Amino acid sequence: MTEKSQTENHTALYGEHEKAGASFTDFGGWQMPLKYSSELAEHHAVRNAAGLFDLSHMGEVWVDGPDAAAFLDYALAGKLSAVAVGKAKYSLICNADGGIVDDLISYRRSETNYLVVPNAGNAATVAALLAERAAGFDATVRDASAETSLIAVQGPEAEAILLTLVPEAQHELVTGLKYYAAVEVGINGQQLLLARTGYTGEDGFEIYLPNADAPALWQALLEKGTPHGLIPAGLAARDSLRLEAGMPLYGNELSTEGHAYSAGLGPVVSLAKESDFVGKAALAAIKESGAGVTTGRKLVGLKGVGRRAARGHYSVLKDGATIGEVTSGQPSPTLGYPVALAYVDVEHAGLGTQVDVDLRGKAEPFEVVALPFYKRQK
Amino acid sequence: MSKVAAELKYSAEHEWIASDGAGPTTVGVSAVAADALGDIVYVDLPEVGATITAGETCGEIESTKSVSDLYAPVTGEVTEVNTAMVEDPAVVNADPYGAGWLFKVAVASEGPLLTAAEYAAANGGEL
Repeated sequence: MTEKSQTENHTALYGEHEKAGASFTDFGGWQMPLKYSSELAEHHAVRNAAGLFDLSHMGEVWVDGPDAAAFLDYALAGKLSAVAVGKAKYSLICNADGGIVDDLISYRRSETNYLVVPNAGNAATVAALLAERAAGFDATVRDASAETSLIAVQGPEAEAILLTLVPEAQHELVTGLKYYAAVEVGINGQQLLLARTGYTGEDGFEIYLPNADAPALWQALLEKGTPHGLIPAGLAARDSLRLEAGMPLYGNELSTEGHAYSAGLGPVVSLAKESDFVGKAALAAIKESGAGVTTGRKLVGLKGVGRRAARGHYSVLKDGATIGEVTSGQPSPTLGYPVALAYVDVEHAGLGTQVDVDLRGKAEPFEVVALPFYKRQK
Repeated sequence: MSKVAAELKYSAEHEWIASDGAGPTTVGVSAVAADALGDIVYVDLPEVGATITAGETCGEIESTKSVSDLYAPVTGEVTEVNTAMVEDPAVVNADPYGAGWLFKVAVASEGPLLTAAEYAAANGGEL
């Protein structure tokens, strides 16, 4: 493991967060804004207008060379060679046992070039693993995490805000950009990589740029976005937004101890891929065993009947017996009731199943419901 | 801006009490605690008529991000709870020393309490 020992990494936008009065939290080895004022206000701003996020703690690993596609087919669980240039794909990097080392998004920038984006806490591990797995392929792996910033604008007003910083001749590049696609476009006077991706369940964009340019773009987005209702949003809102959208968080729902089939990510694993990939044999055996379908546990959504919220690591009960464990949970700001993600025994994972969660010694009723909890109106 | 109100007394567990010497004592949570908890969404209080014991848990306070026990800063009988606050717990964040009060107690005895200056010092703040 190549864990980062320092827990005081600051993004290039740290000074902007301080100016905005953020409270900070340690996340994945970085001091990140938890909230600026009220995490609920930030959450609602993203659902109703727009939120501005600093995601510079995320990793950026470039893979380049004639074998880039074949190499990623081997290194990751998905079929990255099938991704069209300009598109992106959500994938997993697994170990030989099928355990999840990280979940990540890969952008195909050309026939021979990809940008792979791992989670903050896993960036160094993923970069090292990719470099290791690249042996024998004509492809280079370059970890650009330290010099790259990532700013996200998320919410129904995101497009309108972004367009204020894009030359009119390039507006169609933005308005025509599909979900999970990316394009180079002029933003605030510079050619930057713009992706229509996010982790909030809303429409939104993520912008990759050199650290030195990040504060100016942050300020410009704040200035242009404020009239649209945009406010800066911290990790607390990011977490509640992604939970409502039913999206897993590495470290909560995903880990090396778990695998794609329990996590509901079976479709992300391409066993049909002709070539071998790390974890393929193990994952084929796990799938064959029926794990997450007929045996073991499965990730489900839980909706609270009462007002009290389930939290990570609380036990899920059926008739007093433990049948699972909550991985994330909190009151849903948008829906007004508690929501949670939990791994439960497959026989109790059916929609509508009534279960209890042990809330500090008191059994509170919850119901298994379909994910996502929240889906935006398109 | 100070997060500690000078005229109140505090428990180490971040409850404040306000006593005018005559009527029941009002109990709330400090702005320090409210800020640390984040947006408060649910507060579970002892019922009117219940006896609470200084230093023991008497309820819980839940924010979007976490849940914490409420500790009784005094021993006595609960005479009133702030039902408006229970309906709209956000008032605890907005006005922790005013409209965000939690409940009132006919005090039999006080637990160990800190002066505002002591509480502020213990929480790295100033009055």
